[in-house]
Amino acid sequence: MYVAVKGGERAIDNAHAWLAEERRGDPAVPALSIAQIREQMALAVNRVMAEGSLYDPDLAALAIKQARGDLIEAVFLIRAYRTTLPRLTASRPVDTGAMAVDRRVSATFKDLPGGQVLGPTFDYTHRLLDFALMAEGPSDTPSTPPVAESGPVAQRVPHVTSFLNRDGLIEAATPSDITPPDLTREPMELPATRPLRLQALTRGDEGFVLSMAYSTQRGYGRTHAFVGELRIGMVPVKVEIPELGFAVEIGEVELTECETVNQFKGSKTEPPQFTRGYGLVFGQSERKAIAMSLVDRALRWEELGEDFTGAPAQDEEFVLMHCDNIQATGFLEHIKLPHYVDFQAELELVRRLRTEAQAMQEAAE
Amino acid sequence: MSDYNFAYLDEQTKRMIRRAILKGIAVPGYQVPFASREMPMPYGWGTGGVQVTAACLTPDDTLKVIDQGADDTTNAVSIRRFFQRTAGVATTEATEEATIIQTRHRIPETPLTEGQILVYQVPIPEPLRFLEPRETETRKMHELEEYGLMHVKLYEDIARHGQIATSYAYPVKVEGRYVMDPSPIPKFDNPKLTANPAIQLFGAGREQRIYALPPYTEVVSLDFDDHPFQASKAAHDCDLCGAKDSYLDEVITDDAGGRMFVCSDTEYCTSRRAAGHKGRLWAPEPEGVA
Repeated sequence: MYVAVKGGERAIDNAHAWLAEERRGDPAVPALSIAQIREQMALAVNRVMAEGSLYDPDLAALAIKQARGDLIEAVFLIRAYRTTLPRLTASRPVDTGAMAVDRRVSATFKDLPGGQVLGPTFDYTHRLLDFALMAEGPSDTPSTPPVAESGPVAQRVPHVTSFLNRDGLIEAATPSDITPPDLTREPMELPATRPLRLQALTRGDEGFVLSMAYSTQRGYGRTHAFVGELRIGMVPVKVEIPELGFAVEIGEVELTECETVNQFKGSKTEPPQFTRGYGLVFGQSERKAIAMSLVDRALRWEELGEDFTGAPAQDEEFVLMHCDNIQATGFLEHIKLPHYVDFQAELELVRRLRTEAQAMQEAAE
Repeated sequence: MSDYNFAYLDEQTKRMIRRAILKGIAVPGYQVPFASREMPMPYGWGTGGVQVTAACLTPDDTLKVIDQGADDTTNAVSIRRFFQRTAGVATTEATEEATIIQTRHRIPETPLTEGQILVYQVPIPEPLRFLEPRETETRKMHELEEYGLMHVKLYEDIARHGQIATSYAYPVKVEGRYVMDPSPIPKFDNPKLTANPAIQLFGAGREQRIYALPPYTEVVSLDFDDHPFQASKAAHDCDLCGAKDSYLDEVITDDAGGRMFVCSDTEYCTSRRAAGHKGRLWAPEPEGVA
């Protein structure tokens, strides 16, 4: 005899209890501290801050711990928390020229004012598993501390594109005081402006933005990008205090900025010159920043009078409507929720169509 | 739970959502863009419906939440708990006792009354989306009342299958103006949309749209004169309560093709059984089985 499917409440409670147990893992193994995650999983923390649109390394580390290392789940926790926070004020635009750079490389000039600073990069490591890291203990500390080459990097590091700009070889980037739209407070409206596109891309899924950028390199909306400059470092955040009448530094954030220089043969409306793509991401996230600048450039086809070749990375609606991993994962995973009402309707339809098709076949025979 | 405002959302956000709702009510069937917030449940779980419900709830409300017609499916339980926790409102399973009903994929069998609000969770609010993927295009089509594409699709269905092959999320026209997606309810429920005394609100969180049907709005399921719309359901009676007029779920009972049909609206079924109605297979549940 059939017993009605019930017990949703108890099932949920039990699932949560089991999840908590699985999250902790073997209790004989010491639990991770938030500080450990923040310090030793810093790039994961950076990704969660960037895609969660909230700069708080401790909360990002907590989210990673709570999400069992599922970074998209961690981003979701951060987003759901962020949305409850009041908007107190907006900062002054950050000045990346005043960045205290840890890393600054240009692929377009061998040497340049401010110098090439390699910084803490994986780039020239050999990807060989370091089994010494497995033997936990004192060996898990760097044996030779980095040697300071020539003192700290110059106070103000000029942007590479400004050198090109001086000669008129690159399109001008005109500063603007227009308040950028906030896609977390207003519904996305298309066609979007460039600030809105950049906003969507910087919190977009790293994997999605990477693949879109990669597709332009392989010919789907090619833009011939050079990394004019990539820089990573701390930038002061300043806030205008109306009562004081001047801006006060309230803290600093780590940013990765990428500016690409793109070949451009000119169009009906624009002269031959180099054009720009721009990427700016929280934390040390250079894969994302480079990818973002390529996609930004590809999306600018219309303003530069280029042809739309039908490439996905040129298609603003396609990119913007699908780059958010929290929206994507929610809609994707919701298909595991019950759909038996709809499925039942489909079942009846298919049965009816089959019966009719069969009857027609029999009538024909 | 004092860490969060009543019904979770802050008052400014609720105000923004209420404005969208009012606009939706003023222009029935029109999809109003709204600044959907990230909610503590995933997109696809009913974030649009939850935001609409949160914006409508008052401390005196009585809330009912159903998913697939049932009060006890996991997601219905989860959303009901969310509002119990964040708003402390009374909840009920009885359709006639509820002032606000949040639903996914069904309209309750018990007719709704004036003063009630039915909140639908909507995955894809755009009825033209699968004919034209671009939002920029579909908005223009609505502006120009250009619905030819939809009629061509329905016509092609008839040419190919002899009937309109849409069984749920069946498109409707509202007050002779906007073509609207009634959310993925089975087309069996479509006739309940029209001239309904309750306010019907539709929330799509991920897609950032709200739309509405004020009470007694005329809602017509799209069809042709020679192929009129037909609401359909499984050709059975409920095996538990014997109802002939309710939408049925098919339940597989063994691996030898055995199956039974039961009301998808669990509250309707339970109250019928309490009133003494018996179906083909009804037997009281054994003790100790919840």
